[in-house]
Amino acid sequence: MPHGVLILAELMDGKLVPITQELVGAAQRLSAGPVSAMLIGSGVEAAASGITGVETVYVVDDPALAEYTNDAFTSAAEAVARQADPAVILLGQTNIGRDLAPALAYKLGTAVAMDTIGLEMTDGKLHTTRPAYGGNARAVNSFTASPAVATVRPKSQDPALGGSAGAVTKVAVDVSGSRTKLVERKVATAEGVRLEDANVVVSGGRGVGGPEGFETIEQLAHLLGGAVGASRAVADLGWRPVAEQVGLTGKVVSPDLYIAVAISGASQHMAGCAGSKNIIAINKDADANIFKAARFGIVGDYKAVMPALIEAVKKVKAEG
Amino acid sequence: MTLHIVVCVKQVPDWDIPPSSFKVDEAAKKVVPPAGVAPVPSQFDAIAVEAAMRIKDATGDARVTIMSLGAATARDVIKHGLAMGGDEGVLLVDDAFNSLDSNGTATVLSTAIKKLGDVDLVLTGRQAVDWDLGVTGTLIAEMVGAPVITFAKAVTVADGKVTVQRVLPDAFETVEAPLPAVVTVSNELGEPRYPKLQQIMAAAKKQVNTWGAGDLGLDAGALAPKLTLERLFVPVTDTKVEIMEGDTPEDQATALAKKLHDAKLI
Repeated sequence: MPHGVLILAELMDGKLVPITQELVGAAQRLSAGPVSAMLIGSGVEAAASGITGVETVYVVDDPALAEYTNDAFTSAAEAVARQADPAVILLGQTNIGRDLAPALAYKLGTAVAMDTIGLEMTDGKLHTTRPAYGGNARAVNSFTASPAVATVRPKSQDPALGGSAGAVTKVAVDVSGSRTKLVERKVATAEGVRLEDANVVVSGGRGVGGPEGFETIEQLAHLLGGAVGASRAVADLGWRPVAEQVGLTGKVVSPDLYIAVAISGASQHMAGCAGSKNIIAINKDADANIFKAARFGIVGDYKAVMPALIEAVKKVKAEG
Repeated sequence: MTLHIVVCVKQVPDWDIPPSSFKVDEAAKKVVPPAGVAPVPSQFDAIAVEAAMRIKDATGDARVTIMSLGAATARDVIKHGLAMGGDEGVLLVDDAFNSLDSNGTATVLSTAIKKLGDVDLVLTGRQAVDWDLGVTGTLIAEMVGAPVITFAKAVTVADGKVTVQRVLPDAFETVEAPLPAVVTVSNELGEPRYPKLQQIMAAAKKQVNTWGAGDLGLDAGALAPKLTLERLFVPVTDTKVEIMEGDTPEDQATALAKKLHDAKLI
């Protein structure tokens, strides 16, 4: 009888990433039995003790898992899932999770709900809530197959803090014979604060008119100790790097302060920033959708507003 | 040897409408498109067609089949793909296909791909712009027993291999796999080409085969959903925006800076 919740822990540069404890938190709140984690990679066992609030950490440690490939990670995750026999499997909606989850669900003969923002057990069955139609709608799904597999949007769940580390169970899997091969990986490094971690994000949209329009956006972000974001149109046009794209197909951010400059607020973009605690909109179109999500707004041309705002912020900061 | 590429294209309600015109019939659990707005090819799928055309241009020896599962009107998105340079179409339409989940959709598509028999490469969009799940490509790969590479911004084929530049939020990867393979395509690949009038005329004459469940040997059991839609609704936002008053940008900016300071946000 399937029982409990299994989550996929993720590492970046050998360190656990925040989604891991967010998934543990979500799993605990389901109250669906013991929570266990799987940790997949090469030389990763030492990181297992950092996963807290779980009973068991299943570790698949193999040199062939040093880099993520769909084939090898799917085999590893499938082997763990068969051994742990959980009722629910949660992964992050991350580079790895969104690639791995559908393949894993298929191998286990079940289905997956992707990019969920709400998880609930109703009558012993998992119900997931996820944005659909570019964020315009919400879809609630249930499963007729088991286990229920879901990916969880980063920062949509409060992390589990504290608790003890789980007992490590090593799982040996033959992960050789991956058909896909990673030839090269280049990490796109953005300068300054990491967009996903920033408390303040200043984003620009197509309305800024060109790459030079980001000068004042950069200045304000710098002044507030924040990061620069961009809409998809801006990234597609090459005005800003893809790494700065906020939205459904880019990054999901939830800073305390999100300043949207000349961004209309298409659902595609809102899917990436709707979790922000305070959205500030600067747009010359008073009917722009972004104002519907904003706490404060300025209706005006960003070219005039931004230099004035930079000066006003400097003044306020100087006065304390 | 001619490379055979299949591009799976979904017909969806036009996504490029103002959010205020977006409506859901909660009882039917369906989106109600605004009157007079025709359905369109899912954005990323049109880009997958573009990826196929670039491979065709580069290799000079490729045949592209545009495949769509949906209502009879999905013929329009097949015709659009044919106008972009596709060679033939396959329309998968049947009452039994009306309320499929991703598994059912991928089952129909993969069975049709197997029926074609000689397929080297399957391209899909990274996700459909209606459900935004992003699983169909991977499921097709599992069902036909081929490797999958997701989120492509460039796809090239040579020496029996597909080489894909993947775009990820924090990295660029180059990944390769032997053919046959499945690749899902992201918007970073670039804009889909715009068909010329004579291409649209030529597309009208291209062959579109229509297959139903019987042609594919599929019964209801194989298509039973594993994921059930319980509810579809439009979320309500209760934020009320406070617009900064002021005769000049300086006045507005000063007012905003004060608000942000009072709210301890700066």
